[in-house]
Formats: sequence, C-alpha cells, structure tokens
Amino acid sequence: MVGLHKSEFANPVVNWIDQRLPLFSMMKNEYSSFPTPKNFNYFWNFGALAMINLMIMVATGVFLAMHYTPNTAMAFDSVERIMRDVNYGWLLRYVHMNGASMFFIVVYIHIFRGLYYGSYKNPRELLWMLGVVILLLMMATAFMGYVLPWGQMSYWGATVITNLFSAFPVVGESIVTWLWGGFSVDNATLNRFFSLHYLLPFVIIAVVFLHVIALHITGSNNPLGIEPKGPQDTIPFHPYYTIKDSVGMCVYLTVFAILVFFAPNFLGHPDNYIPANPLATPADVVPEWYFLPYYAILRSVPNKLIGVLMLFGSIGVMFILPWLDTSPVRSARFRPIYRQLIWVFVIDCLVLGYVGAKPPQGSILLIGRVATAYYFLHYLVILPLLGKLERPLPLPESISQPVTRGGGPLPAGAAATPMEKV
Amino acid sequence: MADTAATTANTAHETGAGVPKRDFMKLLAGAGAAVGLGAIAWPLIDSMNPAQDVLAMSSTEVDLKPIVAGQAITVLWRGKPIFVRHRTAAEIKEAADVNVSELRDPQTDAARVQKGHDTWLVVVGICTHLGCVPLGNKPTDPRGEYGGWYCPCHGSQYDTSGRIRKGPAPLNLAVPDYAFENDTKIKIG
Repeated sequence: MVGLHKSEFANPVVNWIDQRLPLFSMMKNEYSSFPTPKNFNYFWNFGALAMINLMIMVATGVFLAMHYTPNTAMAFDSVERIMRDVNYGWLLRYVHMNGASMFFIVVYIHIFRGLYYGSYKNPRELLWMLGVVILLLMMATAFMGYVLPWGQMSYWGATVITNLFSAFPVVGESIVTWLWGGFSVDNATLNRFFSLHYLLPFVIIAVVFLHVIALHITGSNNPLGIEPKGPQDTIPFHPYYTIKDSVGMCVYLTVFAILVFFAPNFLGHPDNYIPANPLATPADVVPEWYFLPYYAILRSVPNKLIGVLMLFGSIGVMFILPWLDTSPVRSARFRPIYRQLIWVFVIDCLVLGYVGAKPPQGSILLIGRVATAYYFLHYLVILPLLGKLERPLPLPESISQPVTRGGGPLPAGAAATPMEKV
Repeated sequence: MADTAATTANTAHETGAGVPKRDFMKLLAGAGAAVGLGAIAWPLIDSMNPAQDVLAMSSTEVDLKPIVAGQAITVLWRGKPIFVRHRTAAEIKEAADVNVSELRDPQTDAARVQKGHDTWLVVVGICTHLGCVPLGNKPTDPRGEYGGWYCPCHGSQYDTSGRIRKGPAPLNLAVPDYAFENDTKIKIG
C-alpha cells in the first residue's frame, strides 16, 4: 500500500512530518498510549533502567574516547591524565567504570524478573533469546573495556580470557594468535579491543531495538503471568509507567551516585592501578565481580576444554530455557515448588560468585564443584521435570479479578475504570 | 475523590481563574528536568575544554640573546607560531612614521611593543585572513613591500610593526600577552 500515513496530530508541522514519516505516531503508539498490564510491580522498572544505563555508558564513553590513547606505551598514562587533568575526567571515568557494574546489577535483576515470572515462555521466547544476545554482547564489551586502562588486571584478564580459546583442539592456538594479532596480548590486541569496545555498544543498541520491537508485538508479561483479557486489564504506558519508572530511576541514580562519589573503587581491583607488566602475573587474577560466577564454573572443572565448554554453556543454556521449562504456568506465584527452587538457584549463583573470588583450593574448590553441578542441574533436570510433576495453584480469571474481588470492601474510587478517565 | 479533583481543575480551566494546578506541575517538572539535563551535560561539554596539563604548559620563555638586529625567530606557544623580531633602528623609524589614520586596523607602533623595549616586536605568526603562517623570518623569505611579513596564501602584506598594509587580511598580526623577565628574556602567556 502506497500512500501517506493518516496522522491524528493537530500541530500542522508535526502532522506534515508524521504523514510522511510516522515517527510521532510510532512514539505515541509504542510509548505513550501503549496498553500495558496494570499490575506491574517494581521489577518491571529494570528494562527502562537498563536502557538509561546504556545511554549513560555511550555518552560517557564517547567523551572518554576523546582523551584516551589506545597504545600500550600511553594507555595507562592517558587514563591517569583523564583522572587528573581533563575537566571532569574523574567524573566521566568513575561514572563509566561504575556504570558497567550498575549495568550488570540492573540486567541481572531484569533477568531474575524474567526467570521468576516466566517471561521467557510462549510467546516471548524470541524476546528472551534476544535478551541473552544482549547479555553476551554486554559481557564482551565489558571485558574489552576493562582491558583498555592497561593495568595489571587489564593485561592478565585479557591474557586469561583470550587463552580460553586455546582449549579448542587443533585450531585453538591459531584462534588465540588471531585474536591477539601477535604472540601475546600486546599493542595490536589493545588497538582492536578499543575499536570493538566502541563498536559493540552500537550493536547492543540495535539488538535492544529488536528486543523492544519483539516486546511490543507480544506485549509485556506481568506478575500474574496471565495475558490481559481486555482494556480493563491495561493502562496506557504514559503517564502511569513513565511515572513508576521515574521512581525506580531515582532509587537507581541514588545507588549509582553513592558508588561514584563515595566508593568509586569499591567494585574494582586495586591491582589495576599498577601499569601492565607482561613479566609478572599478580598473586591472584580475578575478573570483575559480574564475571565471578562464570569464572567459578571454569575453575571448577579440572579438564581445560570441558571447563571452557561449561563456561560458554552456562550462558548457552539460557538460549534453550524456553523449551527446558515445561510448565505452562508462567508466574512463580502459582508454582509452589518452583517458587522456592528459583531462590535456591539465586543462592547457587551467589555462591558461585563467592567461589569465583577465592583461590580455588580445598573446600572452596569442592563448594564450587557442587554449585556448578547444581547450576546445570537446575536448567537441565529440575526445570524439565518440575513442569510435569508440580501441581500449580489455580490461576485468577483475569488481571483485574484478584483486585476487584479482594478480601476487604472496595476502596473509594476503585469502582471507576481507569480507562474512562484518560 | 479523584473525580472531585478533576472537576475542580476543569472548572478552574474553563473560567480561566489562574493557571490550573496540573499545568503548573508540568511546567515545574519540565523545568526541573531541563536543569537536571543541563547539569549532566555540562561535565561532558567541559571535558572537551583544554585540560589542566594543557593549561599548565600554556606559557613559553624565550631567550633573546642569540637574536641579532634585523633577525626574527619563530617559537611555539600553545601550538601556535610566535614571531620574535629584533628590529633595526631603520625599521622602528619606518613603523613609527606611518600615518596611523591611513591604516586598515589603526594602531600606533608604540601600542604594539613594550615601553623601553621597542627593538623587540612579538606577534602571533598567524595571518588574520585565513590562518596561514606569513613568510619573512628567514633571510631568504620575501618580506613584502613594507618590509615586514608576506603571506604566501593570499598575498597579505604586513609592515615592520606587524600591521596589515595590503591584501585581504582584515587585522594586524595579534600581539600575545608577554612580559620581560629581564632585558634578554621574555615570557609569553
């Protein structure tokens, strides 16, 4: 169909543009009047928070790149110059550095929300898988960003992680040499990491765009895990959820600000303020906190190749999660056993994180192995079986039903349907 | 209750009695957001200004001893060429005798040198037309009709006081801030 878009905007300039390029209609339909389940809790803030975090990272990153030098001889000093001499350079770097941690906090909670309320289930499988792609891209971006300051942890982190690929038989060594652009982590590696660290966030933006398109096709999940039955179950995104997201944003920015202004190096490792030295490995090389669980999985396996495969598998298993979980009920609220096991899984991930930060000896190694086994047990055995064995609680008829037929008398004004007032 | 509030707001709107509360709140929120965005934008914008180490290296000292009369040298100050010229008595007289009112950018020679040091002319060696570096410091360079500098880009000609005399440039060569630390040493910037 060729022809102008029928625009409803009164402003003639907006209308003229909208007829030819319906951006305003799109924004209105997707973000303003977009019908959203009316029972969101604060867990539904974290998608918007992740979006804000991504924008903060791109903005600070672009300005940091104006001062950073991707050369092994100058990288460390250029970062120190940013900290000392560049106007507000300390702020840009600390926001960018802690922004990475905040990004992972936000995204991990976002993922937990998806796990708890079954947001990955039919029809949102592809939405979920795009999210896992974003997580992988984030991990690659964060890893390469951590190499750029060219401190000891940067250098040895890069060495350890790139060496993972050497575990693959036959082609492993060639892959590693190719990744390095030489025979060790060196200037060529630093240069390409900087290039890719600048590129990948824009790839992330593109995948986030797809993630949002997919979301707006299926609509959002909600704490009850049942689809809205009609307009009485939804409210427009604006102003109701723009306001709710703003409240969450204030809390998020407060935590962010406390980290940046009062404990900017709390989540970092002091050894990264020692310039990279290819001849001396630090006493214990640990990745940033958000990689610790995967690192624990890697170290729990005595066989190099299997360890690497399990490390990749720990993310890979999330791709097939929509088909591993056989229960047709989404929300953990109506799954009495899953509701408890999801917390066991969370604790298991925290244990893995703790183990990842400790030297792999004695009981730590044993705990790591048990936790690693449970991680895969949860995905590969518990979830497929639980869907068949668990007896879910009865689901409410609609999103409105648990509210309007609640225990006490109706609160004043509750009888008015929100849609009529808009 | 919500209905009552809405009715009140509507009545206020219809009768035009003052700004409705909701409009005021929207303005307040919008203004708050604008101030917040500005506060966030400023560190980003300011980070592009010269950094502290760049500012710290913003002055240059020049030893005048090796420069003989009639000779000029070029030194680098803030990434820009600075001409330091040891003028001969004839050149000073030539610059001082010009009728100021005839100049494109009227300025006396005395205003362009420091009192008691009129043998020394210090100017920014950047043509005020489009930013080229004029010729005239090396003995082999053309100095133009007025014995000062000649810009090879578009033919601007400067006199022995660095003032524009001919060609497209609108202004005299700029005189940077400088001070004599002693008779044979100046500090630019």
